[in-house]
Amino acid sequence: MADKVIHPDEKRVITRRQFLGHCLRGAGVLAVGGLTGGLLHAGAERGDMVWQIDPSRCIGCDKCSKSCVINPSAVKCIHEQALCGYCNLCFGYFADQRTADTPGAENERCPTGAIGRSFVEDPYYQYVIDEPKCIGCGLCVKGCKTFGNSSLILQVRHDRCLNCNECAIAAVCPADAFVRVPAKTPYLLRVKNT
Amino acid sequence: MRRMLLLTVSLMVSAAGFAAENFPRPEFTQGEVLPPTTTPPPRAEIFSLVDVAVLGLMLALAAYFSLRQRSRANLVLLALLGLVYFGFYRHGCVCAIGAIQNVGYALGGNGYALPLVVGLFFALPLLFALFFGRVFCAGVCPLGAAQEVVLLKRVKVPTWLDSTLSMLPFIYGGVAVLYAVTGSAFLICRYDPFIPFFRLGGTDLMLGIGVGVLLLSVFVGRPYCRYLCPLSALLRLAAPLSKWRPQITQHECINCHLCADSCPYGAIRPPTPSGEKYNRRAARRSLGWQLLLIPLFIGIGGGLLRLSSPMLARVDYRVRLAETLWLQEQGGASQTTTAPPPMLEAYDNRELPYALAYQRAIAIQKWFDTGAWALGGWIGLLFGLKLVGLMLRRRRETYSIDPGACVACGRCYSVCPLERSEGDAGEPPVVARTA
Repeated sequence: MADKVIHPDEKRVITRRQFLGHCLRGAGVLAVGGLTGGLLHAGAERGDMVWQIDPSRCIGCDKCSKSCVINPSAVKCIHEQALCGYCNLCFGYFADQRTADTPGAENERCPTGAIGRSFVEDPYYQYVIDEPKCIGCGLCVKGCKTFGNSSLILQVRHDRCLNCNECAIAAVCPADAFVRVPAKTPYLLRVKNT
Repeated sequence: MRRMLLLTVSLMVSAAGFAAENFPRPEFTQGEVLPPTTTPPPRAEIFSLVDVAVLGLMLALAAYFSLRQRSRANLVLLALLGLVYFGFYRHGCVCAIGAIQNVGYALGGNGYALPLVVGLFFALPLLFALFFGRVFCAGVCPLGAAQEVVLLKRVKVPTWLDSTLSMLPFIYGGVAVLYAVTGSAFLICRYDPFIPFFRLGGTDLMLGIGVGVLLLSVFVGRPYCRYLCPLSALLRLAAPLSKWRPQITQHECINCHLCADSCPYGAIRPPTPSGEKYNRRAARRSLGWQLLLIPLFIGIGGGLLRLSSPMLARVDYRVRLAETLWLQEQGGASQTTTAPPPMLEAYDNRELPYALAYQRAIAIQKWFDTGAWALGGWIGLLFGLKLVGLMLRRRRETYSIDPGACVACGRCYSVCPLERSEGDAGEPPVVARTA
């Protein structure tokens, strides 16, 4: 680097251009800081936001299984057991067109056979979702909502969700069901989970 | 207007309904144990603070490498680290470019509170640019890194084309902010060219855009950064104010133009021809006219886009839904359906009065009416300022970096013959002087 001899007084001299530069930079810092700070202050107590499905709006349209950026989808069915009626003839489990009211692919609604059915006591049956098998198509959700208690709901699984800034499913959700919720309460269940 | 929108939305929420509890929970004779409903938590908030820490650290390192150490090799390494961390590990979210939309979305109300992390991702690159130039582009941005490393066969973009196309980021940014403020769509995320690579999958459209941009960036230096990226528009404004900025050399430039040849981004401006004579008086008068024309451009732009605001608003699905419902009510649903049928099903399913959808659409349309004016005015202003910029003459004695366009890639450092002789106690080699 060339060693230019600078006179002690010369250092303190500030040109008009430099002064203007300082002022503009200061204004820039204030603008960026003020805008961000103001917006952050307005939502200070909220923290991070994540995507979730409002089950009261969901119509089980099958977009969730197809539109998610990851495959299989981050959306899966969750069974709120506390709401289940333990029906013998479960419309989440059995397809409309079935040959008999017995388990079997031809009689089940779930395309991947992800719902397990087990006898509890007469005439009640318990249904459990095998989550790795579930693809989030929502067929069972629709069935349960139409005829039953709506205990089967679709939810964004946060162990899978990438939390995209614009959720690809939200962009195509016909029911307006995707909402951003605080990360502290990331699920929209009807019953408090215990 | 905003209050009405909120009211409408809250009404829709409260009106939502579940199926009635048709079948009460049975009372089992033996105590029945409920299988747990699993609810895995999202990524802990502490990790998003780690993201911010990584961002801050990388910005500081990029500033150090580009301004102090002047090492292109280290800058490229840092950029690759950014590509791996923010790109492939974090899947491209959260990103400073997209954060512009979150700021707009929060500004528009929409019941959205800007998360701390997103706010910092928006502010930090801009604040760094105000002091150190576009170091974010140089060493942190995964999109920049992806384009930087594939640039193999460079084609020089003509100056006129480069200068015209570099207005696009401002326009695209304006459009993206409009759609974010109205809560309609996050266009920057939707059409991000590199997201499908980071996630190893995506829709055909996204993949097409991605492959196209990647192929283009083999020949053209950073096409996305220069001609589309809305953050580059903001950085282009901030970087010229920077306190410290990349300099080709500390020595006295010998005008060998090797640096200008090495720059793939057209960021090095040649010296102005000396002794050029022009009529100062006429030029001044012409400049005056150009300045007077700016309000006219703003008016024309605003007016034109205001005319097209119904079209702009139809990107919003809530507006399309209201249209479809209206057509359905008029009994002409079969003629035109602009929204997919499930939208109607969703509405009927929740037994909501269509009037709610109309009210909401009208509120959004009003946003767009104002927004279209502002966007058109903004575009008009850009054109006006561009024309004024063409009029202004700046004298340059030597080759110098345009700090707004420079992404601090560090290529020119190593090609400058004066910099190569760093070991010779600062004395430029004789060859270079006589050249």
